[in-house]
Amino acid sequence: MSSKKATPVKTSGLHIGAVEPGVKKTDPIITIDKVHRQFGGLTAVDVDHLEIPRGVITALIGPNGAGKTTLFNLLTGFDSPDTGSWTLNGRSIAGVPAFKLAKMGQVRTFQLTKALALLTVLENMKLGAKSQRGESFIASLFPFLWKKQEGEIAEKALRLLQKFKLDAKKDDFAGSLSGGQRKLLEMARALMSDPELVMLDEPMAGVNPALTQSLLDHILNLKQEGMTVLFVEHDMHMVSHIADWVVVLAEGKVVAEGAPEDVMKNPAVVDAYLGSHQDVDLGVITGRVSKGSE
Amino acid sequence: MPTDETPVVVVNNLVAGYLPGVNILNGCSLEARQGELIGIIGPNGAGKSTLLKAIFGQVNIRDGSISLNGENITGLKANKLVERGVGMVPQNNNIFPSLTIEENLQMGVFQDPKLYDDRLDFVLGLFDELKKRLKQRAGSLSGGERQMVAMGRALMAQPKVLLLDEPSAGLSPVRQDEAFIRVSEINQAGVTTIMVEQNARRCLQICDRAYVLDQGVDAYTGTGRELLTDPKVIGLYLGTLGT
Repeated sequence: MSSKKATPVKTSGLHIGAVEPGVKKTDPIITIDKVHRQFGGLTAVDVDHLEIPRGVITALIGPNGAGKTTLFNLLTGFDSPDTGSWTLNGRSIAGVPAFKLAKMGQVRTFQLTKALALLTVLENMKLGAKSQRGESFIASLFPFLWKKQEGEIAEKALRLLQKFKLDAKKDDFAGSLSGGQRKLLEMARALMSDPELVMLDEPMAGVNPALTQSLLDHILNLKQEGMTVLFVEHDMHMVSHIADWVVVLAEGKVVAEGAPEDVMKNPAVVDAYLGSHQDVDLGVITGRVSKGSE
Repeated sequence: MPTDETPVVVVNNLVAGYLPGVNILNGCSLEARQGELIGIIGPNGAGKSTLLKAIFGQVNIRDGSISLNGENITGLKANKLVERGVGMVPQNNNIFPSLTIEENLQMGVFQDPKLYDDRLDFVLGLFDELKKRLKQRAGSLSGGERQMVAMGRALMAQPKVLLLDEPSAGLSPVRQDEAFIRVSEINQAGVTTIMVEQNARRCLQICDRAYVLDQGVDAYTGTGRELLTDPKVIGLYLGTLGT
């Protein structure tokens, strides 16, 4: 939480050898091999090889229908691929269901938030904690077994809610939160499980620009605290602002990866995704303002 | 650029809403002059789409008035407004998916079929991509292509005023830019245009004047250029990222 204007420090030296799609990383947290997922006649994901670097922020971008969310679903156990394998910290996690992955330190959020609307904000948060002693039927009958842990969990939840400025809402139903606040709650809840890898699906979509800055700060904080972040996003200003590494997906394949400023200059990416007007004032292009008038 | 100062659409202190007792618009005013491209931006839930729907006779108006070329049109239904030269492109469900592109465009002139051939040339001149695919079912198109069909259909009726609800929603950056350039071209062909947008920066870059809506009231107004550099608007609605 330093001054708002400061540009975040980018991490470099993440890859080994020439930068190309599927390049090896010095320290990958996730390695994906030959993952293929087909829906009827449509190939949604067809990734030959991809490594996600550890301890930094990686952005996953690509045109509509490129397979970004499908890849997320596969990696987090919400969907299973037709073929392929992938590992977390060198351990194969193909076919491991989502709840086990969460225990192993990999959590995700959703593009369309999934808050439990009829639980309070605090209850939503408490659900995120792992290894709760009162979860088994027998143990639940003996409060002295879990009372203390319950207190610790509540304390931790409140700390996180404070950080995300949701503490005033802790006793409100999650269903009463606005779209932007739900995004914050979802991120805070993901952090309850002390994850190693946080995966965010379009964290900024539908969030009022005024909230964007604080969401960005939260994501940068995750990196500072040593977590790895993988996120999907359409807002290229945000991507170039915080991402250390960018992976471009198109028609299910990895078509480019690299540091944000290099990827954004890649002609294939400009053509398929960004367009040639990315950093140009459309008022100039359409002849509504002359170049000198600003 | 506006050709003259005659107001075409004037919205005066509009109060409107969907549920009894809950107002979405709380005294909102707006003016669009002949040939202007007007942008409407603002946070989630500010009432941007509701304002467009109210102008197009799709929301019950509780107080205030709307006029078109000096004539009171408050509460007039959509079909009557189309006859008077108002066109609207909604955000979702804006095409007939089971009809072909050609049939979708025909729907745009059902009130005056004689116009068809003449207008078709104009619309296909703007949306060249649709020419080869006139017989294709509209439901099989991508998001960006659907947007073209929807805009094309609205333009078939030769509207003098065009209302657009988030023409760039859900499109990738390159498709968004294309959509904005199209909107600008349509406006430069002489159609007074009122556009609601989430992509505030792009919207302000091309529009002549814009209104910032907040909680159902027009909080700020100015030329697109003024608002782009206004520190208050940047802080509250644009964010400090980017250009």
